[in-house]
Amino acid sequence: MSFVLGSGLTRFGRHEGRTTLDLMADASTLALADAGLSRGDIDGLVCGYATTMPHIMLATVFAEHFGIRPDYAHAVQVGGATGFAMVMLAHLLVESGAANRVLVVGGENRMTGQTRDASIQALAQAGHARYEVPLGATIPAYYGLVASHYMHAFGSTESDFAELAVLMRRHAAAHPGAQFREPISVDEVLASRPIATPLKILDCCPVSDGACAVIVGREPGLHPPVRIRSAAQVHRFQHITAAPDLTRYGAAECTAKALAAAGRTLDDIECAAVYDSFTVTLALLLEEIGLAPRGRSGVLAREGYFSRDGRMPLNLHGGLLSYGHCGVAGAMAHLADTHLQMTGRAAGRQAPRAGVALLHGDGGVLSSHVSLVLEAA
Amino acid sequence: MNDTPHAQLADWTRGEAGIALQGCTACGHAWYFRREFCPACGAGSPRSMPAAGGGTVAALTLVHRAPDDAFRAEVPYALVLVELDEGVRVMAHGNPDLVIGDAVQVSFRLIAGRLLPHFSRA
Repeated sequence: MSFVLGSGLTRFGRHEGRTTLDLMADASTLALADAGLSRGDIDGLVCGYATTMPHIMLATVFAEHFGIRPDYAHAVQVGGATGFAMVMLAHLLVESGAANRVLVVGGENRMTGQTRDASIQALAQAGHARYEVPLGATIPAYYGLVASHYMHAFGSTESDFAELAVLMRRHAAAHPGAQFREPISVDEVLASRPIATPLKILDCCPVSDGACAVIVGREPGLHPPVRIRSAAQVHRFQHITAAPDLTRYGAAECTAKALAAAGRTLDDIECAAVYDSFTVTLALLLEEIGLAPRGRSGVLAREGYFSRDGRMPLNLHGGLLSYGHCGVAGAMAHLADTHLQMTGRAAGRQAPRAGVALLHGDGGVLSSHVSLVLEAA
Repeated sequence: MNDTPHAQLADWTRGEAGIALQGCTACGHAWYFRREFCPACGAGSPRSMPAAGGGTVAALTLVHRAPDDAFRAEVPYALVLVELDEGVRVMAHGNPDLVIGDAVQVSFRLIAGRLLPHFSRA
């Protein structure tokens, strides 16, 4: 058993002149303050990676920089799934007794710390260095391929995907930390600049600077307790060319494992936070997991099903699509906001019901999956 | 299928006009990404075989935002996933007018300075 004791989330967007370590320190300071803890209370540290700071020992570099002396520390790398994988590790460390209070932190100056080409090329390396990347493939291209197959298989349309971009923007509009807060319409998404068909620029998350941290501990802390009930992973392939099935990527298998371990079913879930690097990522994950029927997530979004006061509030901070995406901290923002929701501290953005939450992240091209089930105790 | 040593097969990843596949002599599994053992059963000494080049389009995207200057000169270009007749999926370039389900045949074209596999309707 473990608890989320505190969370810290910076605004995402442009943080001119701030380094990866600066941003990680900002979020860690916020998380410690939120939990009412000091540096000396932390005995475990789990970090991710930063494309602008590819150090082989990021966790201990950060420990020294921030001024903590943990008994356990290292970094984790599973692409976009890293944030939730870090939290899963912290949960397991606390359950095993290896640590009492684990600081989990990610951050990166991904937007201002490198050129846009460098960022796009760094991410494209998730593809196969010999069989995919030399073709001129990019992450949006891999997801464009996924989207085309998905539309063919289930009848989803570009408008259906666009509804999810509109939803994330509407949620972001209410959060002062979000990178993009101007409302957008389905027509604007459809008319936006093509990137890799069927994906347009407004189907894609931005590249951001920012950071996020959470503290996972054995005993509940200052706030109403939020318990990590279970966590699960599934990894069935790495490259989209080698995916065993272009409609089932492992997300359903992963959430089923997490729900079974928590003694819960999808019917028990009151709010959700799901990885949304592209609109198609969100549609596909929602529909494979079963949070929406196949081909229906866009319609449900339009009908308010995923809104703050709907049946399944989803990514109420605006998700990667509109809050922003700075790498490891991108998905961690989903958890930080879920923590606020579950402790009743989201003010004007508060969901009426947030007692049981399902979080799901993916890394690579839908290849690495991590699910978390959280409960307000 | 031939039983040719991999090094002698034409392989576009080495700048040659061919798609080289591998197959397991123990369990019959066939695959694309080159390795010295079967990823399904672990048996060693896989055989190498050239793809005949026919297949079916499983996915297609038209890339407008290229990763670098060499590919910027080619936009928009179509990338496809093709299920080869040998039961192996490959990623390649393709004609932009292809649709999912099309029967296609590979050729090799100089794109962004490299000889790359390119599929057109069969």
